[in-house]
Amino acid sequence: MLALVPAGGAWSADAERGKALYAQCKRCHQVGDGAAHRIGPHLNDVFGRAAGSLEGFRYSPAMKAAGAGGLVWTAAALDGFLSEPRALVPRSRMSYAGMKEATDRADLLAWLRLSSGGGPDRPAAEPTATPEEYGLDPQLLTITGDPDYGAYLAGECTTCHRPDGGEEGIPAITGWPHDDFVIALQAYKRGKRVHPAMQLVARRLSDEEIAALAAHFRRAGDEP
Amino acid sequence: MNQGEGVMSQWKGNNGLSRRQVLATAVAASTALSAPAVLAQGRPRVVVVGGGAGGATAARYIARDSRGAVDVTLVEPTRAYYSCFFSNLYIGGFREYASIGHSYGALAANHGINVVHDWAVSVDRDKRTVGLAGGGSLSYDRLVLSPGIDFKEGSVAGWDLSQQNRMPHAYKAGSQTQLLKAQIEAMPEGGVYCMVAPPNPFRCPPGPYERISMVAHVLKQTNPTAKILIVDPKPKFSKQGLFEEGWQRHYAGMIERIGPDFGGDKVEVRPASMEVVIDGEVNKVDACNVIPAQQAGRIAALAGITNDAGWAPVVAHTMQSRADGNIHVLGDASQQGDMPKSGFSANSQAKVCAMAVRGALTDSKVYPARFSNTCWSLIATDDGVKVGASYEATDEKIAKTDGFISQTGESAEVRKATYEESLGWYSAISDDMFS
Ligand SMILES: Cc1cc2nc3c(=O)[nH]c(=O)nc-3n(C[C@H](O)[C@H](O)[C@H](O)COP(=O)(O)OP(=O)(O)OC[C@H]3O[C@@H](n4cnc5c(N)ncnc54)[C@H](O)[C@@H]3O)c2cc1C
Repeated sequence: MLALVPAGGAWSADAERGKALYAQCKRCHQVGDGAAHRIGPHLNDVFGRAAGSLEGFRYSPAMKAAGAGGLVWTAAALDGFLSEPRALVPRSRMSYAGMKEATDRADLLAWLRLSSGGGPDRPAAEPTATPEEYGLDPQLLTITGDPDYGAYLAGECTTCHRPDGGEEGIPAITGWPHDDFVIALQAYKRGKRVHPAMQLVARRLSDEEIAALAAHFRRAGDEP
Repeated sequence: MNQGEGVMSQWKGNNGLSRRQVLATAVAASTALSAPAVLAQGRPRVVVVGGGAGGATAARYIARDSRGAVDVTLVEPTRAYYSCFFSNLYIGGFREYASIGHSYGALAANHGINVVHDWAVSVDRDKRTVGLAGGGSLSYDRLVLSPGIDFKEGSVAGWDLSQQNRMPHAYKAGSQTQLLKAQIEAMPEGGVYCMVAPPNPFRCPPGPYERISMVAHVLKQTNPTAKILIVDPKPKFSKQGLFEEGWQRHYAGMIERIGPDFGGDKVEVRPASMEVVIDGEVNKVDACNVIPAQQAGRIAALAGITNDAGWAPVVAHTMQSRADGNIHVLGDASQQGDMPKSGFSANSQAKVCAMAVRGALTDSKVYPARFSNTCWSLIATDDGVKVGASYEATDEKIAKTDGFISQTGESAEVRKATYEESLGWYSAISDDMFS
């Protein structure tokens, strides 16, 4: 078991447990060697970094403004953010209600600190959601979608998901990486991710239509 | 009838003719026929009547996706659209009035839509023109009507529009909603709020019962001995199990509903004395919300495309009127099949219509129609429920294919997430209509 006592020293944390808790974050964030932006930004060297400051990631205006206003990801700030993201950064795009237990957050942050910094302990980045996790055929990721058809189909999405990628109560989906998009919708379609409205939408989408939507929302992310 | 002759008739439906082919024919025949508007203006013209959930969405999608190839005019009398959706939350104190108001500015600025603030008062289907109350007329190649609802005269004995200030309907949002809220807040201690609920079909099936929840929420805080009376001509209503569970949990003893088995279908109101007579029995009330029986917005009847029930039957694949292929009817005014009359439905239908209109007037691709709807309702603070379904177009109607509904006994966490989702939906659909 890896234990880590932070500078404050008030608690001891269980990084091994933190790794298990990180499974929730993994759907969107990568961390470790080779980590890249996915639905969320990568988390390498996050401690001490200004909020909303990484190149190449489309942050919400709220997150950028928080960073410009001086928000730095210290352990305390991360702890506060994780407990209820939108209490710290209202209108943040991070679609996560919050981690209520202080010990859970401490454990998670302990693991994050080990994985996020450079050095010998840093593991290789794990992929975000994989097709295997949901028992999906990896071939589903190789279908090339028609973004124009996706643009028509997207009319059904934009009644609830803001096309500009802003969010409130319903996650932003504009600009999502192709694979993450396909995996999420396929998982809803097959009932492996739970949400009645999303399952309803995904159930009638063919594999080609899901690919078309993925192509459209990926493309929409590149538009100014 | 009224399809016009020769060249004109080729504009009907998706008959496989491209716009260019039609133009070629039209030019050849132009000496014999009066030129359609498309020749005069250079661009095909679409007129949309009604800037609500159906009309604003249709105007925006046609203008945006045709990138200027189609000339779009939106006719809407009000300068700001106050949405019925979330107007109950305003009554309940969960939303500011300003937050349910939307301007048409961005539709003009971002998409080049010509927004005309006026009433459409007539439709000449042979000449393909729409007459405006302020004088003048607009010609169209395709007309989209999304005028919402009007009330059926005489459906509640003793009530007509001249009584709407004493007994508001608040079923078109705006000053009516403000008035009803003020009347609820002014009720004497232990007073009675009465709702006369409408018969089917009407806009927003859960709407009256969400409103009851919001009224109860307000009274519980400010006037806890007050009573709520629902006089209902229908034996059952939307999300009934969920509402009744919620009322029991949050507002026990406060709400009484009189269905048709106890005379809920035999009601007379007396606005002057603030009385409601239910099956001969006189009840004194302090606030009275009369939601009459409904039909398509009047312009649909003036256009001559409504049926005996007062709604405009449409072809599911394109939302074209069954009486005239040059006219599309959206939202509450249409009789389309299985979809509830909701803002979500109107928005969904508008996208199918926009695609069909662009397909007919330009060479853009047309895909199979698909529709969806989800209606959220708020019962109490952080206690949201929802019902949703998917639909497809058949030759007969818009047909339901699949659906879901919130369950009784769900956890507080699920209900809170459902409410938060509704906030996201409101923000997104507002943008989908007006940005
Ligand atoms: C209390 C309440 C709560 C509701 N809650 C929800 C909800 O939570 N979710 C949901 O999806 N739906 C909800 N609805 C239903 C929703 O408001 C309607 O179904 C939706 O607005 C229908 O859209 P529409 O385009 O048919 O009509 P509307 O949105 O009513 O738009 C019609 C427009 O046409 C204009 N108009 C009418 N006649 C003319 C004319 N002759 N010339 C020019 N303009 C004209 C009107 O001014 C109006 O702006 C609710 C309704 C009510 C009453």
